[in-house]
Amino acid sequence: MYTFGGSSDRLLRTPQVRPGLRCGAGRSQRHAWDPVAVAGGLCANQHASGRGGRCSEVHDRADRIEEARKRASLIRRETIRLVGIAKSGHYSSVFSCAEILAALYSGIMRLSDDPAWPERDRLVLSKGHVAVGLYPLLVERGYFPQEWLEEYCRVGSSLGDHPDMRRVPGVDFSSGSLGHGLSIAVGMAMSARVNGWTETRQWALLGDQELNEGQIWEAAQCAAHYRLGSLVAIIDRNQMGLDGLTEDVMTIEPIGGRFESFGWTVSEVDGHDLPALLSELDRIVRRPRERPHCLIARTVKGKGVRYMELSRTWHLGYLAPPDAEQATQELEAQL
Amino acid sequence: MTAAPYQAPTPSDPKSWDLAKNAELAHSAVAGEVIADLADSDDRIVLLTADLKFSNRTSDFEARHPSRFVNVGIAEQHMVTMAAGMAACGHIPYVATFASFVGLLCAEHMRTDLAYPNLPVRVLAHHSGISLGYYGTSHHATEDIGITRSMANMTVVSPADARAIRTLIGQTVDLPGPVYFRLGRGREPDVYTDEVLPKFGELTELSSGDDVLVVTTGIGVQPSLQAARSLAGHQIGVKVLDAHTLRPFPAESFVRTASSYRQLVVVEEHNVYGGLASTCADALIDAGASGIKLTRLGMPADEYALIGPPHYLYEHYGLSSSGIEQAIKDVLS
Repeated sequence: MYTFGGSSDRLLRTPQVRPGLRCGAGRSQRHAWDPVAVAGGLCANQHASGRGGRCSEVHDRADRIEEARKRASLIRRETIRLVGIAKSGHYSSVFSCAEILAALYSGIMRLSDDPAWPERDRLVLSKGHVAVGLYPLLVERGYFPQEWLEEYCRVGSSLGDHPDMRRVPGVDFSSGSLGHGLSIAVGMAMSARVNGWTETRQWALLGDQELNEGQIWEAAQCAAHYRLGSLVAIIDRNQMGLDGLTEDVMTIEPIGGRFESFGWTVSEVDGHDLPALLSELDRIVRRPRERPHCLIARTVKGKGVRYMELSRTWHLGYLAPPDAEQATQELEAQL
Repeated sequence: MTAAPYQAPTPSDPKSWDLAKNAELAHSAVAGEVIADLADSDDRIVLLTADLKFSNRTSDFEARHPSRFVNVGIAEQHMVTMAAGMAACGHIPYVATFASFVGLLCAEHMRTDLAYPNLPVRVLAHHSGISLGYYGTSHHATEDIGITRSMANMTVVSPADARAIRTLIGQTVDLPGPVYFRLGRGREPDVYTDEVLPKFGELTELSSGDDVLVVTTGIGVQPSLQAARSLAGHQIGVKVLDAHTLRPFPAESFVRTASSYRQLVVVEEHNVYGGLASTCADALIDAGASGIKLTRLGMPADEYALIGPPHYLYEHYGLSSSGIEQAIKDVLS
């Protein structure tokens, strides 16, 4: 049975507004945001019980955007550093979804200090090759030590190019075979329903070219049929597969029209505009859970390092130390 | 003047039949009922099928646990992966469809989503082998033992009759990893009694004899046993072992038994390569056993089955009791 790691009387405290202070857990991302309370400047300590328990300290919206921005930059810079250890990796696929991952871990997902808490929100990286972008966030949450990162992709490491749920705390499913992730998330949504976990959500991050896989649409019809309203698919619409532009390789548009015709609700957002992205995710969290939702995040493959942006050849690659240094400086200049 | 209410015509000949009658004949298709019984006291259990609930009688489960029953439609790959998602949230999902549409079609899904993360999903692969007869090769599964037994973490179980299904499902419910149940079409005659039941992880001896060792599984058990009984009348002693647990195979006890025989006959409704015969051969070679001749009775290595009713096909491929009996006589001559 899940027990919250902190002292239990904390759950019973009356929320107090103390303007100007950050949320108390040292790193605010440990606290899920209550989208209703956010407007009033309160962080909801939902991770504790899922019901009623509230963090007693204060956030404001600008704080959260700034934190997410730093987090997105951390994802990109750590990706450059870790791929440098492995000597090859998927820089540009991570760069396109850095803001999406950063936003989800900046109070959108309902998490706790215990990565195995049964009623947590779950994230399925259907595009499993962006695991390197997730690992630094899991370290930040305290799910495993920083030292693990230094062994990234080395012999016997828990951290590979694709994530392994049995070896990495905080990874909700092992992925890598494209087309499977939405079905996994559908199963998780069905489990939540059967178990009566009414607050839990399931987030599936999908690549855009991945939508060519037939199983995506098997999962889409099932989610709509069973009205799995806790399920959210986020499409990282970075415009490219490995072989080139998605519409040249194999048409996937109209993505929104396709999901709508399957019975989903659909919205779109600029996937690099954090204020807009956070607002849209808040709106999705708040909406009635009647149908599964698809968020199309318009992004740029390779975003942040100029020569990687919309470059086919940078799907997989390696930056030697001088270039890695220069790319990192480019990213730091954007902060 | 009002028209008489429409009455649909019904078949007049008692020999006509529909799916309901078909389900009645499938007296050993008890998995749905067995799992419903387990689910009465185990909240972790859910059941998924792919538009075949009447063929596999998972409708028996649905009737008793409707909120834990999922019909995904004709989408087997999604079904297996969805079950993995449910298992990752603490459920024990059973997924049921034709063996050809899971053992073959979903091989990668079982490997990557069930076996690799070692999740407790149980696959009920029914109508395995050539038991769908004239429905043809698309509906046959004669390669699935070979596929599943080469997956790390996978358990492979092939029950011979209704009692074996009940017993082996019950004995494996708490296994931490995935299980592939290779089932027949539900018309298998009884082999076991309430006094003699299989035990998961072991070989079950069903007849004793010193001349020939027959190792078989699933649908092969009953005709092998019948052949052994008939040969006993000719003073030929046949030991029949039911290898219901194909993986992990009880290699040590098998080799110990086999080492006192010169003739081993393996009977399986599977291609002669990759299945039980290969499993036995692996065990013997690994143990350095010598002096034993292996005869493989199964589907020919380089053929897909003829079109025909199952009982005809079993005769044709030497998998009926008379075929097995003849093969045993041949190896002794």
